[in-house]
Amino acid sequence: MNFRGPFRIRADRNMPEPQIEHPEDAIVRVLRSCICGSDLHLYHGLVPDTRVGTTFGHEFIGEVVEIGYSVQKLKVGDKVMVPFNIACGKCAFCKQELFGNCHESNSMATAVGGIFGYSHTAGGFQGGQAEYARVPYADVGPTVIPDWMDPDDAVLLTDVVPTGYQAAEMAGIQKGDTVVIFGAGPIGIMAAKSAWLFGAGRVIVIDHLEYRLDFVAKYAQCEAYNFNSIGDPVVFIKTQTDSLGADVCIDAVGCEAKGNLTNTILGTKLLLQGGSTTALHWAINAVKKGGIVSIVGVYGPTDALVPIGNVVNKGITIRANQAAVKRNLPKLIEHIKNGILDPKQIITHRVPLEEVADAYHIFSRKLDGCIKTVLIPPTN
Amino acid sequence: MLTDETKPSDFKKSQQTDYSHIKGWGIDADLENDPVYPMKKRSNEEHEGYAWERPQQQSEDVEILKSVERPNLTAVFGTASPPQGVNGAIRKLAFRYSESSYGRWLPLVLADRIGAVEGIIDDLKNGYLPNIFAERGWGAEWKYNKKNFLLKVAVAATVTAIAVSVLSSKKKNDD
Repeated sequence: MNFRGPFRIRADRNMPEPQIEHPEDAIVRVLRSCICGSDLHLYHGLVPDTRVGTTFGHEFIGEVVEIGYSVQKLKVGDKVMVPFNIACGKCAFCKQELFGNCHESNSMATAVGGIFGYSHTAGGFQGGQAEYARVPYADVGPTVIPDWMDPDDAVLLTDVVPTGYQAAEMAGIQKGDTVVIFGAGPIGIMAAKSAWLFGAGRVIVIDHLEYRLDFVAKYAQCEAYNFNSIGDPVVFIKTQTDSLGADVCIDAVGCEAKGNLTNTILGTKLLLQGGSTTALHWAINAVKKGGIVSIVGVYGPTDALVPIGNVVNKGITIRANQAAVKRNLPKLIEHIKNGILDPKQIITHRVPLEEVADAYHIFSRKLDGCIKTVLIPPTN
Repeated sequence: MLTDETKPSDFKKSQQTDYSHIKGWGIDADLENDPVYPMKKRSNEEHEGYAWERPQQQSEDVEILKSVERPNLTAVFGTASPPQGVNGAIRKLAFRYSESSYGRWLPLVLADRIGAVEGIIDDLKNGYLPNIFAERGWGAEWKYNKKNFLLKVAVAATVTAIAVSVLSSKKKNDD
């Protein structure tokens, strides 16, 4: 996969093959990779320093085909899921399990750790929407896929499931809480599913795409509402919570939120702020006083308009981070093993890697009922 | 100061360890009051500064732009698409500013757009004619959203026809 500029990508057989560049590197033959909703921010040209010639893809699994001389925990032939975070395991942040905030994987920006295939703002690493990928710090992130696990579940454990789960975890959900999730994309769907595991009393998902709302209502057994048909979503949530507001709100949309023209123009058309903040705006205003807003939606690095005065006046706690995939993997693997989570159900499209341009277009334009796309490399 | 450029020696950690001169220092400290739990297994190692045993340093075989907010390259880094051409020159300029500055991000957005144009020029130089239709995934649009595809084609054709008509009538008037 070769990015050529906003809305332009191509399958390119002439891309250079990855090499071992560091003794802790491994090279994997990619078995599956996904297109993430946040890849669309790159595709749409919203993330600064997204250079032509780069390969996207931070959700992938693969078979180890080569290891650097310092790698001890993996061997050639292992099939591994590769967390989207590139983490050294040695810095002060990794040692405290903040694997998304590693200080030794991104020279280009200090605000985010390295991420596979996610622009030079996230370290300039090539991603996994390819036949082969370089995986730095191979002893830290990659996790061997259990024999019993379906590869489709495994690939969703590299980002979607841990991010949705951490969204619910960061929300500090207590038994009986009303949880409102903005966004019925893959992350919002997994956040809704996870909210029940923390004891939510009511889970409400807000979006504007009917087919996704239908899916999440069934898959996560929750309420789902279209913001185009409920009037002001904040007023709607207040009417549903006896005027007090939701106990917690989760922003699972990020920088391309629809629903407010000003935000759309400033954030996604003119790029004068770090994205359209509509979902976050609604989350802050719909949560109760003293409530918690959990953010996993991705925003750009520049300023963004949010009602910060209301955050102060309502005493809201905002919790946010890139998911520390590795931290929650053991628990999530158990949940899949025990049948509590069944992530692969969200996959709607399996596309050959050679058709990556069409796959991006389908996902971007929300065509053909697309929720989650998996790319299958020709070598698989 | 026009930029935020730094050098490694600019980065220091606080040396203060004795707070006995501050009355009541730490008496209300509460380990349970930790809003980042459970994301973070608090050990406060960052209080020691940038002092951990670092992984081996990857060798810098291509030009890597570094944030001015850190003293060095990270132990590993990506080597995709090193800065080159006009867009690369703009990126180098942008990296002289901190991540907190518009001087950093807006030029990078500009560089991305210029990079896309330079990419097409490079393709042509290499004898490769990019298939914009395929690269934009319009085949999928045709397959799954025919009505919209035809509408877009009709709008583009109409706009082109009007533009051609206006330009040709202007040329006639000039003659």
